[in-house]
Amino acid sequence: MAQRPKLFLILAVVVAAIASHVLSGGAAPAIPALNPYYYDVLIGIGINIILAVGLNLVNGYTGQFSLGHAGFMAAGAYASAWLTLSYGYALGSSGWATTTIFIIALFLGGVVAAVAGLIVGVPSLRLKGDYLAIVTLGFNEIIKGIIQNDDALGAQRGLGGIAQHTTFFWTFALAAVTIYVVVSLVNSTYGRGFLAVRDDEIAAEAMGINTTKYKVLAFVLAAFFAGVAGGLYAHFKQFIHPEGFNFMKSVDVVVMVILGGMGSTAGVCFAAVLLTILPELLRYVAHIEMLPEWLRHIAENRMIIYSLLLILLMLTRPQGLFGAVNLKRKKA
Amino acid sequence: MEAENAEGPDWQLKPWERIPSIRAFLPTSTLAMKKIPSFLAVLAFGFLFVGSALRADDIKVGEFAALTGGSASFGQSSHKGTELAFDELNAAGGVLGKKFKLITEDDQSAAGQPATIVRKLISQDKVIAVLGEVRSSATIEAAPICQENKIPLISPAATNPKVTEVGDYISRVCFIDPFQGTVMAKFALSKGWKKIALLTDVKQDYSVGLAEFFSKGFTAGGGQIVKEQKYSTGDKDFKPQLTSIKATKPDAIFIPGYYAEVALIGKQARLLGIKVPLLGGDGWVGDSLLKVAGNSLDGSCFSCHFSAEDKSEAVQEFVKKFKAKYNEVPDDMAALGYDSAEILADAIKRAGTTDGDKLKTAIAETKGYKGVTGVITLDAQRNASKPAVILSIGGGGFHFEQTVAP
Amino acid sequence: MADKLLELLQQIINGLSQGSIYALIALGYTMVFGVLRFINFAHGDVYMLGAFVGFYLGPKALKMFSDGPSYPGAAAVLLLAMVLCAIIGIIIELLCYRPLRERPKLTVLITAIGVSLFLENGGQFVFGADPKSFPDVITDRALEIPESWGKISGLTITVSQVLAFGVTLVLMFALSHIVRKTKLGMAMRALSFNPVAAQLMGINIDVVISFTFGLGSALAGAAGILTSIQQPSIDPLMGVNAGLKAFVAAVLGGIGNLQGAVLGGILIGLVEALVVGYVNPTYRDPIVFGVLILILLFKPTGLLGASEREKV
Repeated sequence: MAQRPKLFLILAVVVAAIASHVLSGGAAPAIPALNPYYYDVLIGIGINIILAVGLNLVNGYTGQFSLGHAGFMAAGAYASAWLTLSYGYALGSSGWATTTIFIIALFLGGVVAAVAGLIVGVPSLRLKGDYLAIVTLGFNEIIKGIIQNDDALGAQRGLGGIAQHTTFFWTFALAAVTIYVVVSLVNSTYGRGFLAVRDDEIAAEAMGINTTKYKVLAFVLAAFFAGVAGGLYAHFKQFIHPEGFNFMKSVDVVVMVILGGMGSTAGVCFAAVLLTILPELLRYVAHIEMLPEWLRHIAENRMIIYSLLLILLMLTRPQGLFGAVNLKRKKA
Repeated sequence: MEAENAEGPDWQLKPWERIPSIRAFLPTSTLAMKKIPSFLAVLAFGFLFVGSALRADDIKVGEFAALTGGSASFGQSSHKGTELAFDELNAAGGVLGKKFKLITEDDQSAAGQPATIVRKLISQDKVIAVLGEVRSSATIEAAPICQENKIPLISPAATNPKVTEVGDYISRVCFIDPFQGTVMAKFALSKGWKKIALLTDVKQDYSVGLAEFFSKGFTAGGGQIVKEQKYSTGDKDFKPQLTSIKATKPDAIFIPGYYAEVALIGKQARLLGIKVPLLGGDGWVGDSLLKVAGNSLDGSCFSCHFSAEDKSEAVQEFVKKFKAKYNEVPDDMAALGYDSAEILADAIKRAGTTDGDKLKTAIAETKGYKGVTGVITLDAQRNASKPAVILSIGGGGFHFEQTVAP
Repeated sequence: MADKLLELLQQIINGLSQGSIYALIALGYTMVFGVLRFINFAHGDVYMLGAFVGFYLGPKALKMFSDGPSYPGAAAVLLLAMVLCAIIGIIIELLCYRPLRERPKLTVLITAIGVSLFLENGGQFVFGADPKSFPDVITDRALEIPESWGKISGLTITVSQVLAFGVTLVLMFALSHIVRKTKLGMAMRALSFNPVAAQLMGINIDVVISFTFGLGSALAGAAGILTSIQQPSIDPLMGVNAGLKAFVAAVLGGIGNLQGAVLGGILIGLVEALVVGYVNPTYRDPIVFGVLILILLFKPTGLLGASEREKV
């Protein structure tokens, strides 16, 4: 894929289009439409891939620990929802017209999120490690706070009645675009810049690399994709609430990046798929009557499992499943 | 593989690090794209395999509730009530000759989950109706899905008016906030209080809504709102807000929030020397309210759906059965959960079928049903028209003050 | 006019008592950072565990002294919580942070987040998510201010507030004494200057680090008890917000600086009380984070911190 990313992108979009058609029951009478519950999970997988691949650019390739990704997703979700709710029929009510507005809305969501990423990134990216983490967390809370105080966006009531424009095609086509952009970027001179910043910032500065530019670029790009993912989410669930974009949601995405291996796009995709399906599988575990009560309760509380996973991963295999970075090296 | 891990001349690979990573074996092209279809296959296979074994002739009812997370105490309460109802119904032979099978899913008090869960209940478990939720935001999220799929939804305790506005398959067995707010406003006016301060939980739509309706009712009756202060769910320190309220010298303070914070507010208010009565809504009902508040809430009143002290036979029967099964006194979430299940069963009996279209009509036609939370009649908007109960606090317990009919 | 002044004074008192809690927790953050150069995300949850220790063991401790609330009983609960939290802190360090000492900071940070989440969710699982009512270890009441002092008698200062402030001061002085006058304290300071040199001087860094963690966690446990006396509703998630605010306080005062932590804590407490009372309670958290961002932008070493040169 690294060799011919453009080919991959075109292939992926075509496959997504065909799959979308088949899954919605349009192919042949013998192939029924996909069960809405599975469909829900699939769309969830696509959205999580976009989120995780974007965050991986920041956390994995550039080595900046951002804990506020859900804030950008929220910015994109609310911006795009606002557009379709206010101007959804501006171009008419045909399928093409509403879909065009939808795409514009997604783009707007991405841009708003990117601007938020710029505002968050420029001051924060001077900071290192722990400080950056807490500040991004703080910004996540601030973005959430802004939404909660804005009555036009529904504040604490949430924003509902959003038309369901998200389809399998759009979700996975955009996921393919995200992967394409990130992988192409990483395999270019920009990628060298990101990796240099991650490995040793001072040495990179000494070599004349503008570390701030690379850090901000990674941040803004990741925020853009998070915004797009947010837009897709809003137009699928049809109802968004500020509490759905809190620190826990950011942690969800961070766990995907860490599990997959920071610095490995393929690994992160894999982890995104795995961690979207896991809660659903755990629901089944919770219903298996043969298991003891406490085990079933743990299955319901996936955060306990996630946190243990984080600790164990860090203790035993910090590079995650597919990590390319060797995080076990001894400090010089 | 060493090249991948090399970090410098003095790097030594430990034995277990010499095992090449899985990446070595996979072709480098279209890796991500290859992963997704294979995972879909695993997923499909997994779900087909792990299906729940249900008898084909059970009546499957879905329930989504917050069994874990921030709203767990409400969700667990309503779930217990619902479960008790179905256990009883099944012991009596079920309805239409079939037994009920309750399928409950936990939405972890998180946004985004109700939609997924309800989709699962409808398309995977093929339920004929859905019960839930206690929180209005969760119900608003799930309602469009039920409406679209023509599956009736009965909410036990979501009080935001918007819930039933989603469509004619959505109904509820509780009163709505406009009514509750007006009830308390009238009560306040009847006590001759002219100046009231509001202390609202801005994180809860319920609290904001209730405060709004109370304000409207109170000012319409000639009262005056002297101060509007706010807090957030999870806050522990309210002395700044209370200090600011104290300065305006109100006759009473209306606190339409949840019991966890209200208890602390009561305690801190008394410590700060605020002696006026406190008023509230059904969010006050919770196990730990009096344990935490001690006697600081004595003399305060709140509106709710149910009083365990109600001497009527139906209520006392319910309390007895609930105690026997769960070893605790039921609160109004449990009572509402119970009523939502019972009304569903009653509607199935009347409709003579579990078909969505006929069932929803039967539910909407519920009139004069004697539930444990009062006599329930669903109005044209499928909201329950029923009296509210005002309770007062004193001597370590709740006491019945008055019933206010709609 | 006098009424406004009274209101202001009352808010200041509120702010001071809340601030002293933040100060105690911030002390723990700052100590661990000074010695290990990393932020222990899980510190706020040790505070929560302190409150729960008090909840479960408190009644039994109280019974030893008298049948109800009493000062000796409260002191016993406080000490018990401090000791148990110290042990918990040392165990966490042993299991989760020690094996990662040679690893990049990022790894330890992620582990700390994992520990924090585990304690919070595990707490919800084990203790139940519903808030619990903390037992009365003292009979809290407002202090009687004589009418003859004038309008000031309108102020309310509760016993618990005085206790919180007082105990914080005492603990701060005790900590200061330990750090400046004892051998272990000297070892801690040496370690914070230069770990390698300290080891060369024969300091057993394992012991010193464990001791630091134990001390910090004991303070967090004390904070947990003091808070629960004022706000007797405890739940497994109470450490999240408090921990975050205390972190901001530690950074504000200058991370690595003990007096700074206390100053930062008091300042944050005051800012919160004033914002809630006079501006808008919903802006309280965003403004506290805003303070953090401003400090990091303009004076990253904090109010009392010294500039650190980064060696290449």
